[in-house]
Amino acid sequence: MNEPRAFSGPEPAFDVAVIGGGVVGCAVLRELSRYDLRLVLLEKESDLAEGISKGNSGVIHAGFNVPCGSLKARLNVEGLGRIYGLAEELGVPCRRTGKLVVALTDFDRLRLEELKSQGDRNGTPDLEIVDAAAIARLAPGVEGRWALYSPRTGIISPYEFTIALAECSAQNGARVFLDAPVQAVESGPQGFRLKTPRGDFFARRVVNAAGLFADEVAALAGIPGYVIHPFRGEYLIADREAGSILAMPIYPVPPKGDSFLGVHITPTLEGNVLLGPSSEAVSDKTDAATTRDVMDKLKAEALALVPGLSRFPFIHAYAGLRPKLTGPGGSALADFIVEESPLRPGWINLVGIESPGLTAAPAIAALAADMIGSGLDLRSNPEFRGGRPPRPRLAALDDDERGRRAAADPAWGEMICRCEHVARAEVEAALANPFGARSLDAIKRRTRCGMGRCQGGFCTPRLVELLETRGLEPADIRKRGAGSNLFYGRIKP
Amino acid sequence: MTDRGPAAERHDVVVIGAGPAGLAAALGARRAGIDDVLLIERDRTPGGILNQCIHDGFGLFLYKDSISGPEYAERLSDDAAREGVVFAMEAMVLDLTGDRVLRVASAGGYRLIRAGTVVLAMGCRERTRDMIGLPGTRPAGVFTAGSAQNLVNLHNLKIGREAVILGSGDVGLIMARRLTFEGIKVRGVFEILPWASGLERNVRQCLLDFDIPLELSATVVDIRGRDRVSSVVVARVDEALRPVPGSEREIACDTLLLSVGLIPENELSKRAGVALSPLTGGAVVDETLMTGVPGVFSCGNVLHIHDVADWASFEGFEAGRRAAEYVRGARSGGETVGIGAGENIRYVLPQAVRRGASGVTLNFRVRKPMRGVTVEVRGTASGRVLARIKLSRLVPSEMRKIRIPTPVEEPLEIAAHD
Repeated sequence: MNEPRAFSGPEPAFDVAVIGGGVVGCAVLRELSRYDLRLVLLEKESDLAEGISKGNSGVIHAGFNVPCGSLKARLNVEGLGRIYGLAEELGVPCRRTGKLVVALTDFDRLRLEELKSQGDRNGTPDLEIVDAAAIARLAPGVEGRWALYSPRTGIISPYEFTIALAECSAQNGARVFLDAPVQAVESGPQGFRLKTPRGDFFARRVVNAAGLFADEVAALAGIPGYVIHPFRGEYLIADREAGSILAMPIYPVPPKGDSFLGVHITPTLEGNVLLGPSSEAVSDKTDAATTRDVMDKLKAEALALVPGLSRFPFIHAYAGLRPKLTGPGGSALADFIVEESPLRPGWINLVGIESPGLTAAPAIAALAADMIGSGLDLRSNPEFRGGRPPRPRLAALDDDERGRRAAADPAWGEMICRCEHVARAEVEAALANPFGARSLDAIKRRTRCGMGRCQGGFCTPRLVELLETRGLEPADIRKRGAGSNLFYGRIKP
Repeated sequence: MTDRGPAAERHDVVVIGAGPAGLAAALGARRAGIDDVLLIERDRTPGGILNQCIHDGFGLFLYKDSISGPEYAERLSDDAAREGVVFAMEAMVLDLTGDRVLRVASAGGYRLIRAGTVVLAMGCRERTRDMIGLPGTRPAGVFTAGSAQNLVNLHNLKIGREAVILGSGDVGLIMARRLTFEGIKVRGVFEILPWASGLERNVRQCLLDFDIPLELSATVVDIRGRDRVSSVVVARVDEALRPVPGSEREIACDTLLLSVGLIPENELSKRAGVALSPLTGGAVVDETLMTGVPGVFSCGNVLHIHDVADWASFEGFEAGRRAAEYVRGARSGGETVGIGAGENIRYVLPQAVRRGASGVTLNFRVRKPMRGVTVEVRGTASGRVLARIKLSRLVPSEMRKIRIPTPVEEPLEIAAHD
């Protein structure tokens, strides 16, 4: 870090550089870390999963929403076959909940048949059209006359999965640099020189997984032609008490000829319920504002599907952004782009990886690794370990284990978060992450501090104290990246 | 579950939370002759939110003296320590069951406790941005007023340079003055209702005395700024509290404080099966402050939001005394009658009274500011007036009390008329 030139000598210091620390970039990094390669990942934000990946519903899709014959369909179904096992290997909680797409009218019933047939042809397993009695049994409280039931659909935390993929990679020797936006690219016979504020990185191969900015990063390498249109999706999160009434994700019948799946209702693993997302073209790739109109619309549409949700308060709202290849009014169904640039051999572009990108990520990673393997000699890394260090959570431990841990280490008895029951030991473990992420959002996504119903009112002063004991000045404590400082120093010196 | 893990300790009275109500409840139980009173507090110092309230005005009723929050906390906790209350500090109750088993995490170890009675005194938390559906970006610089008070007063942190305050709750008003003292410019306080939610003395002493503008019937409709707040947009609201299109104006600021309501923190109560009132957000209790779960009592802000700490303490003393009676076997048996909130009444507490109980005092708040008011408590069957008070004025920010001198024999309703 202090010697940026070390990454950029006359010879490439890295075999492969991955640009972008979202779920796709981290899945690629983890897949490549099976091999004996010198790897680096460059992320422009102050943590992983800060872009598209954090604004994801966390649904593991089974592959019936995507057009037959598309790369999306192939990678979705292949990803479905990989992701549960991968999550288990990484120790990332996930649950095969099943999912219902519910129809209220005869017309919608026909659309269910179409979806089922599309899914069957794509290779989605076990799809079934069920009636109102089955809906009542599978998901009590859900309104619907018929539904498409997909038993293999599930839920996962998209940011936890992303971070785990990166941690596994780091454990296997990959380097990860945060706050390292690629600002310029030089191409040469030996590879690519990537210029970032944290130094120049010289790599033989590059995988561009820059998400919303994949078009701009490709352009830096002299590859024109991609245009990403940001589409904002707003979400509301209901209190975790709401989870008790929702067993699985509930979707409306999606509009035809559009990749938008409609406002849906998704339980999270912790018991919260997500409403959303909406879909709206925006001009700014960072415009993640929420709006009153959309929040009202989300509530109205969600309550039509699950009326019982009206009993629960909403504790948080946020927006995510989708990287679409077609703008408003354009032909809606663009496919994923996974290709080595003919202009810049050795440079692989992953562009337009919107939904079902999370599910497809392990399959996209395997495909990218194949492309790398066609040019580089891939020898397996004999030291490869597929997991990552375990992350126990006090809230999930039984009384015996809590007792043992607190007796051995007071940090397991000292509570930082009242809503989600997070102990200091968990925060310490999060702060020891191998990437140096230590914003409040970084702690939040690793521990759930601040994700509860008080939204950080309780934990923030405690986290500030903890960060201060680790040598961080108050003026340097941030919510996320540069400029998001919480304080202007101390009141009295 | 309860027979697993570390062996359960037993205590006669366990009070959860050492704020103004919990400290008093522990003292109340001790003074009523219970030897074994355990007070569990998650912070390092007893006092709860009192510790961050460094302004004075506390203790006017309990100590006949105007002292600061920390001084009030110190007096009350010194009394508790001297009188034999056992404190478990830096200890957080993670779970409470209906048969009064507590799971407690603390730096000193993880404890399972079986309680003869439990007094709930967990206080309240603040309503957040998303509970009021406040749209916009999600930058740093948005704080609830109480969190800001903690960060400024207890952690010496400069939370901003120019602030807007949404909501005129007491903490917001006090923070307007506090920020001004610390050189942080307060651009204005905006209140969606046509009247201030905080106490009138706070409006006067915290805003008017410092020329801080208070705009009623106005709210924040947008937050702007990607990384740190850069401005907020405020708008007037109509009678239905909807923003009036065209009335928006942008105010440059780097900080937004929210003082938009307090919520009794009843997560543990719910786990124990305590029924809550939708009007107060706190437990439904009888005149002994016992909840629907036998042996579980409630007092202070976890029961209903108080505007004066002293009242929370008085309620705590009473809850502690009643818990002691329960430990000694005096069960409040018998049929209860309901107490209803009638015209112009936001809530009344207790919500139920044992038939035949006499000398019962009801706490209530009105829905709107009123002048020349008559407050009456009537039997809903007989129509008989059991208690009546006349007041020149009555505001929602002030909790009031009314005493029923005669025994209660039928369901009652309390109403206020201009």
